[in-house]
Amino acid sequence: MRTVAVVGTSLAGLRAAQELRAQGFDGRLVMIGAEPPYDRPPLSKDFLLGKVSAGDIALAGQDDLDALAAEWHLGVRAEKLGREGVTLGDGTTIAADGYVVATGAVARTLDAARNLGGVHTLRTLEDAVALKQALAAGPSSVVVIGAGFIGAEVASACRLLGHEVTVIEAMPVPLAPVLGARMGAVCGELHAENDVRLITGVPVAGFTGDGRVAGVRLADGREVPADLVVAGVGARPATEWLTGSGLAVDDGVLVDSGCVTAYPRVIAVGDVARYRCPLRGVRVRAEHWTAAGEQPGVAVANLLAGSTVTHFARHGYFWSDQYGRRLQFAGVATEDVRIVEGDTASKRFVAAYHRGDVLTGVFAIDSPRPFTRLRRALQRCR
Amino acid sequence: MIRACSVSELPEGEAVRLAGPVPVSVFHSEGAYYALDDTCSHQDASLADGWIEGCYVECPLHAARFDLRTGAPDCLPAKNAVRTYPVVVADGVIYVDTEARQEVA
Repeated sequence: MRTVAVVGTSLAGLRAAQELRAQGFDGRLVMIGAEPPYDRPPLSKDFLLGKVSAGDIALAGQDDLDALAAEWHLGVRAEKLGREGVTLGDGTTIAADGYVVATGAVARTLDAARNLGGVHTLRTLEDAVALKQALAAGPSSVVVIGAGFIGAEVASACRLLGHEVTVIEAMPVPLAPVLGARMGAVCGELHAENDVRLITGVPVAGFTGDGRVAGVRLADGREVPADLVVAGVGARPATEWLTGSGLAVDDGVLVDSGCVTAYPRVIAVGDVARYRCPLRGVRVRAEHWTAAGEQPGVAVANLLAGSTVTHFARHGYFWSDQYGRRLQFAGVATEDVRIVEGDTASKRFVAAYHRGDVLTGVFAIDSPRPFTRLRRALQRCR
Repeated sequence: MIRACSVSELPEGEAVRLAGPVPVSVFHSEGAYYALDDTCSHQDASLADGWIEGCYVECPLHAARFDLRTGAPDCLPAKNAVRTYPVVVADGVIYVDTEARQEVA
């Protein structure tokens, strides 16, 4: 393999490049990305709070980047993948023997908010800078749509900055699909405990305002005043550029348990990849930092081997910082959840999920040490 | 020299965090005691809450591993070492010399 093109230069793309070099690839390495590599998790946390700057969240120093000895095409998007190679927005086509698809995901937007000022999403550094500026202008009422992790983190940051915040969640219980109903409800309590209003079980019907948002209309007819709205309603994988590539795409690039597509020379990693999880037996798009950091080691080994020789068999893990508390989760939630340490009322506890007698997942608030112990036990459960 | 704790308070595989302007933790692993800056050099997490194995501690947040002997990270995401400090055990008490800021590896 003489040339490898890595498309996407966030965490998964950068780690893939580092793994290629670490695993002995000494050929031409081409890095294609809309943005330089930076760490996204702080954007909805410490960056909004002003605790870290754009410079602080670089994923690699200049020395690390130089060590990759790569050819960089930054500030440009890949528009097509075909027999002749990757075609970029500036018309350049790069032919390679191996391809790493790491284009991540794009924040979902609300159609009703199109052409309306004051409605934000948060995915990129540019988004975070814009939101920070809008918050500095002193909005009188902030509405966050979606009580998932991004929504909750943004609500928390806005509250810590002193704003009046309302969170609107269409589902009856926040985070239930991820944490189960019981733990989702516990997380939902964090909002009220910190003087943030949480409205659940009501979808957003639209917005009021002329040119700029003035309020959010709910499906039940209520209206919530808002001069700043943040939509945290998920992300969709960035796969449009793969139309016509022959790669199978269905809510992400379909890959096997080793992150390899139907073409052994094309791997996909991070938020854009939907891999066959050997632990769960289903296809999963693991939209979390840890997976984006860990999948490339496996995927690159398979790319260099020319076939799937190793598998990505790790339990999903993510963390979230909300209202000064640290939430950690690993594995899969079930309805059988038991508190094994602490108590939910104090918001300092460890919960273990089971299927029969088998541990399937762990969730904890402000209990990193016991969480880590259980997470290790979980990884041993196969 | 500051008193960390007595030997009996720090079993094998455990760590204790010392209060102070810069939190320092003492780790007990494989019969030896090590003192390091407690805050992971990658992102705000306490290494005392981490997983201690051999001469390494793994950060509880992102699994960056630090060598207890040198403070150097041996894998991403951490890029910078954490400081280490001399540890002295006398009469069943563990002391840390937090004044002697050792060179970062």
